Amino acid sequence: MSWMFLRDLLSGVNKYSTGIGRIWLVVVFVFRLLVYMVAAEHVWKDEQKEFECNSRQPGCENVCFDNFFPISQVRLWALQLIMVSTPSLLVVLHVAYHEGREKRHRKKLYVSPGTMDGGLWYTYLISLIVKTGFEIGFLVLFYKLYDGFGVPYLMKCDLKPCPNTVDCFISKPTEKTIFIFFLVITSCLCIVLNFTELSFLVFKCFIKCYLQKYAKKLKSSVCECHSLRYVECGGRGAPPLLRNHHSCLAINILPLPEAKLLGDTQGC
Amino acid sequence: MDWGALHAVIGGVNKHSTSIGKVWITVIFIFRVMILVVAAHEVWGDEQEDFVCNTLQPGCKNVCYDHFFPVSHIRLWALQLIFVSTPALLVAMHVAYYRHETARKFRRGEKRNEFKDIEDIKKQKVRIEGSLWWTYTSSIFFRIIFEAAFMYVFYFLYSGYHLPWVLKCGIDPCPNLVDCFISRPTEKTVFTIFMISASVICMLLNVAELCYLLLKVCFRRSKRAQAQSSHPNHTLKENKQNEMNELISDSGQNAITGFPS
Repeated sequence: MSWMFLRDLLSGVNKYSTGIGRIWLVVVFVFRLLVYMVAAEHVWKDEQKEFECNSRQPGCENVCFDNFFPISQVRLWALQLIMVSTPSLLVVLHVAYHEGREKRHRKKLYVSPGTMDGGLWYTYLISLIVKTGFEIGFLVLFYKLYDGFGVPYLMKCDLKPCPNTVDCFISKPTEKTIFIFFLVITSCLCIVLNFTELSFLVFKCFIKCYLQKYAKKLKSSVCECHSLRYVECGGRGAPPLLRNHHSCLAINILPLPEAKLLGDTQGC
Repeated sequence: MDWGALHAVIGGVNKHSTSIGKVWITVIFIFRVMILVVAAHEVWGDEQEDFVCNTLQPGCKNVCYDHFFPVSHIRLWALQLIFVSTPALLVAMHVAYYRHETARKFRRGEKRNEFKDIEDIKKQKVRIEGSLWWTYTSSIFFRIIFEAAFMYVFYFLYSGYHLPWVLKCGIDPCPNLVDCFISRPTEKTVFTIFMISASVICMLLNVAELCYLLLKVCFRRSKRAQAQSSHPNHTLKENKQNEMNELISDSGQNAITGFPS
């Protein structure tokens, strides 16, 4: 098991993402995962070997290193990447469950192949919220553990068995600081993308619900009857799964509007 | 995730690039990424271990190394390659969006005469015109900016492209001005010059591609204007014939060795 496994799993999420979701995937793969693997990992490779304290007291270096770096920054970075990528798997699992149900019942559970229930929309929304939560959580943890995002070149240590307050020198502090700032900036970019996607999805849902309610009012005030079928917001529990960013917002007075989360299907 | 994954993504863009773009992709992956992975990592592997200062003062070596190498050469090259390859993803995303739109229209029944089925849409080579031309040109422009920026940062950080064999360091806690010796300075200088040359070649290819695209557009527009002014009735037929010819000549330059599209 390696990063390839995560990459392959996440590639499957691509199909069910919105446009902003795909940009998020690109940022995570190229600017975080790739940079981690080809560059950042090597910077921290010899961090303990090159950590030097101004004392010949055996054990002093070990104790001081352990005190300043309870968990290595690069390991925290890797954990953050894994935790932030995992909520997207909820969406994949939901789709797999839905397809399994269809096979078991040996019939289409929904009116048309492209329509999914609002459950997937909620799953996607929850995965977005959890992702954002993890991002912010890890950033706060980073800040609290290392007193900021910078790496100093010198730290003073007076823990036993060090005989007095000794100077301890960290290896490659500038390079480490540069990569940590890179991590923070890409993390913030991902948070902004998640918030944008969240607002966009919620806003689209409100607009659709509002338009449906408006059409309902219009229908009740008009004498002629058309065969109008629609899904009410909150009627079946959730709105239809929202489409791509370039889908139309107006409802059709025709067979059920097909909504799919950035699929490749029919129009509104 | 490694360079292979990036190669897979950028290789996909290869299909929609111009001939110069295909040469650029080849140069990037063979002369820069491969050299970085195969050779540069070996040469810079022991850079801090074998960086030696003429003092027993603990911490002096760390501090001096950090001062002279704020970012290692190979990390800077890795970042440069990532940033320089990324604008090509804009083109890939634009092509994917265009295909998605075409498939949507096909399902609605709008483009049935142009394509036989959805697979046909996916196999079609997308021509560099209209909004894709702007995306492609912007991606080349950003590539040039990133290349130049990284080359300048390199020059600024290391005061040139040559590595000396000895450096003088007097930063605290070093007790006085000590001599510090870099490991394998000549080999590192050779690789640095190689990577900088490859960078310059890539930049020249990008500039050439940009000029080629601009000239193509100007040439097309002037031909169209000429055709409209001299033969208004035959304009459509001639344009179609010209476009066919261009399509044939573009697809004929498809064979760049070693690169699956």
